[in-house]
Amino acid sequence: MPRITYEGIGYACDPGQTVLDCLTAQGIAVPSSCRTGVCQSCLMRALGGSVPEVAQAGLKPTLVAQGYFKACSCVPAEDLRVALPDAAGLKLAASVVSIEPLNPDIVAVRLRPERPLDYRAGQFIRLYRDAQQSRCYSLASVPHLEEDILEIHVRQIPGGKVSSWVHGQLRAGDAVEIADSAGQCFYVPGDPEQPLLLLGTGSGLAPLYGILRDALSQGHRGPVRLYHGSASPAGLYRTEQLQVIAATHPHFQYVPCISAGAVPSGMRQGNVLEAALADQPDMTSWRVFLCGHPDMVQEARLQVFLAGAASADIHADPFIPSGAPIAHQP
Amino acid sequence: MSLYEQIGGDAAVNAAVDIFYRKVLKDARINRFFTGVDMDRQAAKQKSFLTMAFGGPNNYSGLDMRRGHAHLVAQGLNDSHFDAVVENLGATLKELGVADALIAQVAAIAETTRNDVLGK
Ligand SMILES: Cc1cc2nc3c(=O)[nH]c(=O)nc-3n(C[C@H](O)[C@H](O)[C@H](O)COP(=O)(O)OP(=O)(O)OC[C@H]3O[C@@H](n4cnc5c(N)ncnc54)[C@H](O)[C@@H]3O)c2cc1C
Ligand code: HEM
Ligand code: FES
Repeated sequence: MPRITYEGIGYACDPGQTVLDCLTAQGIAVPSSCRTGVCQSCLMRALGGSVPEVAQAGLKPTLVAQGYFKACSCVPAEDLRVALPDAAGLKLAASVVSIEPLNPDIVAVRLRPERPLDYRAGQFIRLYRDAQQSRCYSLASVPHLEEDILEIHVRQIPGGKVSSWVHGQLRAGDAVEIADSAGQCFYVPGDPEQPLLLLGTGSGLAPLYGILRDALSQGHRGPVRLYHGSASPAGLYRTEQLQVIAATHPHFQYVPCISAGAVPSGMRQGNVLEAALADQPDMTSWRVFLCGHPDMVQEARLQVFLAGAASADIHADPFIPSGAPIAHQP
Repeated sequence: MSLYEQIGGDAAVNAAVDIFYRKVLKDARINRFFTGVDMDRQAAKQKSFLTMAFGGPNNYSGLDMRRGHAHLVAQGLNDSHFDAVVENLGATLKELGVADALIAQVAAIAETTRNDVLGK
């Protein structure tokens, strides 16, 4: 049974148990959120012993080199000596430049970090409400278009700890803390003729809005189609900006989809995924970006794969909600 | 040259994963066993499966195969499902242009796992 040493005390880790579960069961407060290896809230550092490869999947090489790993994905095979990250190493300060409503539920928050962030459009940052509570928000900004400003789109979740704080309390001029960018859902140049499908619901438009403008500004020439779904027209946003981009880029098509009630002209009736697959029944050779509600993303991933998209060409960002709080303060 | 090398090794496995997995998910006889499984994790497992079936390097014991499929046996996994998987495997290799004689050898390797997979 591997032992995990934390602050000089060794703990036995049951077979199959993660470092996160082992330590939190001992009353050690390790921050966590998605508990599925996506959000990187649970980063720890291995000071001794090596961690399985999956525990470092998706981490930046600089973090891997320093021994960072995801505690929720780490079932140790050998003894480990671990530490919580030196908070200063991962976080950076930012000031709120503006908060602007995009629709009745979603605000755009613009942030200026104390030093430029190295990121790709479509990746996400973590925004801290306090030391223990942080949530992931995808970046709608594009590094070479919006120089040192980061933009995120936050949907208000009733009773949500961080989103309600953003909507109710956060103001322009406030100082906040964020954590470095992460995530694999972004555009890479190299195949400028490949058709691109961007599909999202709700605030899932945020990363797609970044990915779209990144791809176009890097000279993507193949067809680009963005399907944004909402129950009603009030849930859509940035429609005018997207129509302008479509008017100036003939190879880009913007398809807003309304799944319930009356559908204004120029919009599609029905579910985003069904609309996209009706237009593109054969997805062979397409590159696909899927963002938003986890159930939608999972279903879309399956359907576009069955329609022929290669698994390596499917990039998905499910907005997985944080798990139940499990860290007991010692 | 080993069977695994003759088929094309790791590159062949990578080429086969999507084709095989798409066939399985579309096959009404067996796709219920694969629904609800996370696709990313599943792709890694398909790679393990194909590497093993192609006679490539793997660390799976018969006991691992028994344990790994026990929850499926509890859901009714039987010989007809096993045959369907082997059939999809053969069709995948055919699509990739692998010679019939090699496909027969792959089927024979899969066959050696039947009792463990089905918990017999
Ligand atoms: C990679 C990634 C990227 C993300 N990007 C964005 C983004 O760009 N914009 C954005 O708004 N959010 C995004 N999210 C979701 C975000 O991180 C938070 O989960 C969300 O803001 C809710 O946090 P909260 O603290 O307000 O709610 P919590 O206090 O964590 O949750 C309160 C309650 O609401 C439930 N809940 C949480 N989310 C939802 C939901 N969507 N629908 C219904 N119930 C819910 C929870 O299960 C819980 O019961 C992303 C998540 C991930 C993992
Ligand atoms: C033909 C012989 C077979 C072999 C050699 C084989 C091999 C494997 C291997 C190596 C794994 C990965 C295990 C792991 O790493 O966790 C696996 C998982 C799996 N197999 Fe098989 N398999 C066979 C037949 C079948 C059949 C007939 C079915 C169902 C119709 C099936 C369904 C599955 C499923 C669903 C998983 C994933 C289980 C999970 O969710 O963890 N397999 N198999
Ligand atoms: S990555 Fe571990 S809690 Fe999200």
